[in-house]
Amino acid sequence: MAELNTGDGGGKKGSKKVRSKKQNSKVDLTAMVDLAFLLITFFMLTTTLSKPQSMNLGLPDKDPKDDTPPVKVDENRTMTILLGDNNKLVRYVGLLATPVKGGAPKDFEYGKDGIRKELLSRKAAVLQYTGTKDKGMIVIIKPSKKSNYRNLVDVLDEMAIVGVPTYAIVNEFSPEEAKLLSNGTPPATDNTAKP
Amino acid sequence: MKKKSTSTDMTAMCDVAFLLLTFFILTATAKVPEAMPVDTPASTVQTKLPEKDLATLTVGNGKVFFDVKGKDVRMRTLELMGNKYGVTFSEDDQKQFAIMESFGVPVQNLKQIIEMKPSDRKKVQQPGVPKDSLDNQLADWIQNARIANIELHDKELELAIKGDAKEEYPVIKKVMDILQDQKINNFSLVTGLRGKEK
Repeated sequence: MAELNTGDGGGKKGSKKVRSKKQNSKVDLTAMVDLAFLLITFFMLTTTLSKPQSMNLGLPDKDPKDDTPPVKVDENRTMTILLGDNNKLVRYVGLLATPVKGGAPKDFEYGKDGIRKELLSRKAAVLQYTGTKDKGMIVIIKPSKKSNYRNLVDVLDEMAIVGVPTYAIVNEFSPEEAKLLSNGTPPATDNTAKP
Repeated sequence: MKKKSTSTDMTAMCDVAFLLLTFFILTATAKVPEAMPVDTPASTVQTKLPEKDLATLTVGNGKVFFDVKGKDVRMRTLELMGNKYGVTFSEDDQKQFAIMESFGVPVQNLKQIIEMKPSDRKKVQQPGVPKDSLDNQLADWIQNARIANIELHDKELELAIKGDAKEEYPVIKKVMDILQDQKINNFSLVTGLRGKEK
């Protein structure tokens, strides 16, 4: 490799060893810096992104001695969402026996084009009906025994996206509601209800 | 002159880069392998779980696994549980328990799991922490973890449920009921990340 040391020396001793040493003292650090920054990026992202997300859920107090009378709410403000097996979702507005106009039991899909659209339109309708922001929509979520955890989280997520002010998880099923989930065909009392 | 300026001196940049790299490596916590991996459902909620003062209940296949953050809280919880169920854990067991992952065995069998090698723990099928009304150890674990956390950190323990997406609702409900029996009405559901629009 002595041929490479063609640069002029200037060293008093004139030995080739000194000159070659001087040239090699500068190492090209570009690749090393590249690698270092790559690793930095990796560690930065993994430390911040690995923290799991969480959804806060508050449930009402469950006190067996609690005998405060249940609060009666306007049926026009409530929407009940029933969660069934195989990602089935049925909603009705108002009371099951006497649903408000356009609120008869109907199947919906999860996600943006399904229940979210319905929730948004219903939310706007309720606001128009009550006139005040304090009295928004009330959603009652009823997960059946066959529904799975994903369904529940999906629906709770929709609540967060749509911004439903009041929602509750209720575990009691009336026989009529159970029937709605089991046979799948909603009673043809309302013309707007098309599965 | 012109020729020289093309290559910059990277020494300082390299120093800084490696300093930062060292920092991030050291602050990164090693991921503890999970005893029962679950597939969490996705949500758009952006809140993160707290780093400490947290107990996680992992629910999957009808089984519940229990985990508390913080070595000191873990050791104290184990001690309290040992006292309650008449199982004695040695000093080594407690230390080992402090650094191990979540577990899903009755407290009577916990000693065996603690004494196993970390690599072997994954191989055994853990039956889950008992949560029946007759033998509700899960409730006791939660209760004692809360006591331990208040003793040591002077803060209320937060609870998180990490459920498998395919888990049936009654199991989740059962766990929620256990929490509610202790007047824990506010807890978190661990979810995965999903973009704003599906």
